[in-house]
Amino acid sequence: MALLLKNARVIDPAVGLDAVCDIVIRDGVIAEIGTDLKIPKGETVECAEKVVLPGLADIHTHLREPGREDEESVYSGTRAAAHGGFTAICAMPNTEPVADEGSSVRFLRERAAAEGAVRVYPFGAITAKQEGGGLAEIGDMVGEGAVAFSDDGHGVQSAGMMRMAMDYIKRFAVPVVSHCEDESLVGRGVVNEGVVSTRLGMAGWPAAGEEVQVARDIRLCELTGCRLHLAHLSTAGSVELVRQAKAAGLPVTCEVTPHHLFLTEDDLTESYDTNLKMNPPLRTREDAAALLAGLIDGTVDCIATDHAPHAPHEKALEFELAPFGTTGLETALSLVVTHLVATKKADWAQVAQWMSAGPRAAVGLPPVRIEVGALADLTIVDPEARVEVTAEWFVGKSRNSAFLGHKLLGKASDVLIGGYFALRNGKVVV
Amino acid sequence: MLSSRHILGMDDLTTDDINRILETAESFAAVNERRIKKLPTLRGLTVVNLFLEPSTRTRTSFEIAAKRLSADGINFTASASATVKGESLRDTAATLAAMSCDLVIIRHKYAGAPRILSEMMDCSIVNGGDGIHQHPTQALLDLYTMKQRLGHLEGLRVGIVGDISHSRVAGSLIPALLKVGAHPIVVGPPTLMPARPDVLGAEVSWDLDEVLPTLDVAYMLRIQMERADATPFPSLREYARFYGMNSVRLAAMKPAAIVMHPGPMNRGVEISADVADSDRSLVLEQVESGVAVRMAVMYLLLGGADSGAAA
Repeated sequence: MALLLKNARVIDPAVGLDAVCDIVIRDGVIAEIGTDLKIPKGETVECAEKVVLPGLADIHTHLREPGREDEESVYSGTRAAAHGGFTAICAMPNTEPVADEGSSVRFLRERAAAEGAVRVYPFGAITAKQEGGGLAEIGDMVGEGAVAFSDDGHGVQSAGMMRMAMDYIKRFAVPVVSHCEDESLVGRGVVNEGVVSTRLGMAGWPAAGEEVQVARDIRLCELTGCRLHLAHLSTAGSVELVRQAKAAGLPVTCEVTPHHLFLTEDDLTESYDTNLKMNPPLRTREDAAALLAGLIDGTVDCIATDHAPHAPHEKALEFELAPFGTTGLETALSLVVTHLVATKKADWAQVAQWMSAGPRAAVGLPPVRIEVGALADLTIVDPEARVEVTAEWFVGKSRNSAFLGHKLLGKASDVLIGGYFALRNGKVVV
Repeated sequence: MLSSRHILGMDDLTTDDINRILETAESFAAVNERRIKKLPTLRGLTVVNLFLEPSTRTRTSFEIAAKRLSADGINFTASASATVKGESLRDTAATLAAMSCDLVIIRHKYAGAPRILSEMMDCSIVNGGDGIHQHPTQALLDLYTMKQRLGHLEGLRVGIVGDISHSRVAGSLIPALLKVGAHPIVVGPPTLMPARPDVLGAEVSWDLDEVLPTLDVAYMLRIQMERADATPFPSLREYARFYGMNSVRLAAMKPAAIVMHPGPMNRGVEISADVADSDRSLVLEQVESGVAVRMAVMYLLLGGADSGAAA
């Protein structure tokens, strides 16, 4: 089957492409890029005023399967991803049970092959059951297709354990993805330690609770030579530590989330909205500005959602009891367009870098390029689409979005995976 | 009437509201002096004490206040309630709402719980203490007590001494003092301070002896050993040495200065027995004021002004 995308603004900084042109896709592969292209038979899609990007990837998704299929599943989570414009996601291993051996990685890959709407790359746990006591079956999981390892959710508390894991993992040439949270500093903290913890009368989660482990893991990267990717950095101090590590030539990458970029602790009010409870917590305006500056100067490699669906009855609890996390897959791209592209703080090439090439490179996913012969994994964006984030608008199972009520500009209209539509005219079609 | 239907925190009250509550409390205090202390004012109205965290003093104070105004007072306590069986606060609130209450006083272990009730219920909500956040009626009765003894509130220098970071009493007393033009100073070791005491608007000191001579009120907080994750000072003895009120420290204060404590006291820790029992200590006056102030709060929230004079 042939498909012709007409008159799109096609952007892929990896191949130096930024032009209004046509793309012909045959058998799932980009066959031709040029102007005034025609196909003898097949389908033509008019893309004037739209932007075509290499397929977006989210390297921080909680699919909740197995264990909490009431909150999200491979089926629903991958459809939420397509709705948000992603062609690939990485699934975090903190499921129930934890993905800490080969068969759980295989299970996820089989579920994704059977029901997934986008490509799914599993992460495995660093330590058995993510308990920090001993290594998970890392090699077994690599053999079944795990692309990176993480104890995301709480992190590895012991420096010695983390060192051993990084020493062991480096021979597989995959990164360790670190969730930086020193539990002895964070304690029962639920919001940023500082103004908001004082104002709302709740235990604080200090910036140092993250930075101490960022510094530790960078030193361990230096010691072991293992690739290190730092998840959901939230503070100015963390970004500065990564800046220094990169200047020293260490194999360190990092990500930031849309909620840490576009929300701050000032958004937490006496309404105690639990959709704004996330880990790490929303920080200060200065921190958010430092995260953006890090993206722009290349210190921060990518944007990742930390999509964390939660059951409504759990998010309806008292703030201190409610679980941490916000959904993110469906709002990430629109937030970036609204707050960065429409305001001219960033251009489309940077969006492609931060949401496609950057995240893929950070955890070693196969690159996706818009060039002849490449697999047609493409995200088509309508930059003028208006989105009002309401509970009903979501495709995923959970509605615990920190951005409910926001009015956003720009939305993925179509997603192609291997030349097939996963999203078409804004509707998930698989 | 007050400007808000609820008292979830001191933010809900204007300075006028506070003054109205204190004035109304004065007339109820007179009632509390009578042999027959009951008024018909809130007859037929239902006041629920929803106490999901152990409390004897505050609950009893609200209970007596409700009874003196002839309201039907119901106690809903943690041990006797469905919450230990895992019912959520929202379900508890919906259940109470279905029974048509007029006022709910909530005491809860977690900040923001009164707000959840206000979202789920149609009646007035009073925060009886939420986590380490606020305890507004305590602050109101403290203002009342200070005003009765010292004659005025404006310009008073009030040292709040002890575990500021885990104190809902301080969480309400600081904004309450600011609203009436008094000057709060929080005093304690850095390990017992909130991360940003400056945002509360209070002056900060780590040295009690330094500020003591300038104070009109020394407000000693209870050391809550059960709340802290790790003990934030070496020993009770060392705490008392630096931050305990005793007769030597009392002598360093202005002659008319007073000592207050929200109770229950740890004698020998934050306050010595001789000071606690002296006429400079207003601990029992605070308890007494509590009933009158809570009567005033209930009366004003439930539109009691429509049914005639307070006393």
